[in-house]
Amino acid sequence: MTEARNRALALRANFEAAGAVVVEPPVLQPAETLLDLYGEDIRARAYITSDALRGEQMLRPDFTVPVVQTHMADGAEPARYTYAGEVFRRQENDLERASEFLQVGYEVFDRSNPAATDAEVFALVSTAVSHLDVRASTGDIGILMAAVCGLKTSERRKAALIRHVWRPRRFRALLDRFSGRSTVPESRLALLADTDPFQNVGAIVGKRTRSEISARVAALHEDATTDPISSTEMDVIDALLNVRETVPFALEQLRDLAVDMPAISHAVEGLHARSDALSGRGVDVDNLAFEASYGRTSMEYYDGFVFGFYINGRADLPALASGGRYDALTKRLGNGAEIPAVGAVLRPGLMVELEGAQ
Amino acid sequence: MTLKLGVPSKGRLMEKTFDWFAKHDIVLSRSGSDREYAGKVEGIDDVSLVLLSAGEIPRELAAGRIHLGVTGTDLIHDKLPLWEDQVVSVAELGFGHADLIIAVPNAWVDVDTLDDLDAAAAMFRDIHGLRLRVATKYHRLVREFLRDAGVADYALVDSQGATEGTVANGTAEAIADITSTGDTLRANHLKILSDGLVLASQATLWRSRTADLDTKERTALATLLSRIKI
Repeated sequence: MTEARNRALALRANFEAAGAVVVEPPVLQPAETLLDLYGEDIRARAYITSDALRGEQMLRPDFTVPVVQTHMADGAEPARYTYAGEVFRRQENDLERASEFLQVGYEVFDRSNPAATDAEVFALVSTAVSHLDVRASTGDIGILMAAVCGLKTSERRKAALIRHVWRPRRFRALLDRFSGRSTVPESRLALLADTDPFQNVGAIVGKRTRSEISARVAALHEDATTDPISSTEMDVIDALLNVRETVPFALEQLRDLAVDMPAISHAVEGLHARSDALSGRGVDVDNLAFEASYGRTSMEYYDGFVFGFYINGRADLPALASGGRYDALTKRLGNGAEIPAVGAVLRPGLMVELEGAQ
Repeated sequence: MTLKLGVPSKGRLMEKTFDWFAKHDIVLSRSGSDREYAGKVEGIDDVSLVLLSAGEIPRELAAGRIHLGVTGTDLIHDKLPLWEDQVVSVAELGFGHADLIIAVPNAWVDVDTLDDLDAAAAMFRDIHGLRLRVATKYHRLVREFLRDAGVADYALVDSQGATEGTVANGTAEAIADITSTGDTLRANHLKILSDGLVLASQATLWRSRTADLDTKERTALATLLSRIKI
């Protein structure tokens, strides 16, 4: 552990030299904020403890949320932060995975030039791990979100899809339903045909009121009369989700798709600008992998650029480093304020272990 | 030492377990008074009876402190995340049938599937500023089930008993609980989601994968297994 800790402090010192201020959020975090943000899933991933005075507390599962909170409370702009310390992850299915490990991070809050800050974070992390046999994966969740927002369908359907961008299976099921590719369940057809569905239901128990139930029934009627998402649009979405290329070729494919779906043009040009900024920082973008679906199963706060560094030939190990843009998170935690933000974390313990093996 | 067989210490589950073993000429009984949790075994050598709460049997099996144990599939799956590495099912005993299901108020005419539940949860959170609460004592099983189904915007609330009443009492919007007949659900104005079966459970005889066996215990296990496989 000592070696890993020394490495963590050295990495943090590098980030400090790059202009970041050192922050040290407490290990115990109020559970409420994290539960509100992530929902029930976080209970499966974080250790929760409690006392009679402060209620439920969580052993910090990551630093990002407390760092964002600190910044949103009283941070000057622009700001760069770095930290090093343990994070705790409850493991229920795999004893091989660490339940406590060191993390070093770098977070940038800056509204001036998102492409430049994306590239800054990626390049710093890339330099830190470049002596190891690693490959980088990148993606951009903002492009998929832009495509969903650009669909010619009801706002309700778009909201439902956006809500499930980070749950690929449910997202797919919704798309199939909204495009008429899947059949409507019997119970739904019966409900739509019923002129008085509340007949014979008996007492209405619980907090969800009759008017709320009626509102959803009305929404289902409205949805039943909404045209299916066209096969042209579905083809674009499918093609988009399948983009898996080096950055220059991915950019070319996405520009072609933008002809059929102009709503993604802005996001695609964002990828272009980022690619230029990465080049400017010496990243070999011609050989950098881009996957439009990458990062969709991670924590649901990344909403733009996403990336990870993986050890070649070691699919059993977690990412050595990962990061991305989380503009929406600052809004959720900002009490009305917001600021574009991007950051990344590294695992010094894993780095030391791999260096020993090399 | 002797082969240790863990059996639920009271109620119908104990009686039915005793009956099931008796059919295989292994006579289990509680010794002494009803208050004393000691038992005896007749009809087979070198097996001893350990009376335990059904909820503790998974843990004892996983720790290898008992070699065999009778408890429900639901408890094994909920309490032992790595159950496949720790225990192996020897025989399903054909009683103690219970399904772990998700139920919502009968008046939710718009909700029949998990897909509906997810959509209702999103609306509920918008309106009430609160995640839709699902009362249960099977936290891990229900969380994994709902996560696999892609249901979001819900929260589990702990309920160790009278779970069907939580909705009427305003402490939950939906429940996930064991039901054998469905009468209690109906009496509490609840209905089961059509795809809301989390797990079908019954009383099962489990063997610990972690418990060590000496020669005598190994012989006793072989005898017992050959006896019940008839």
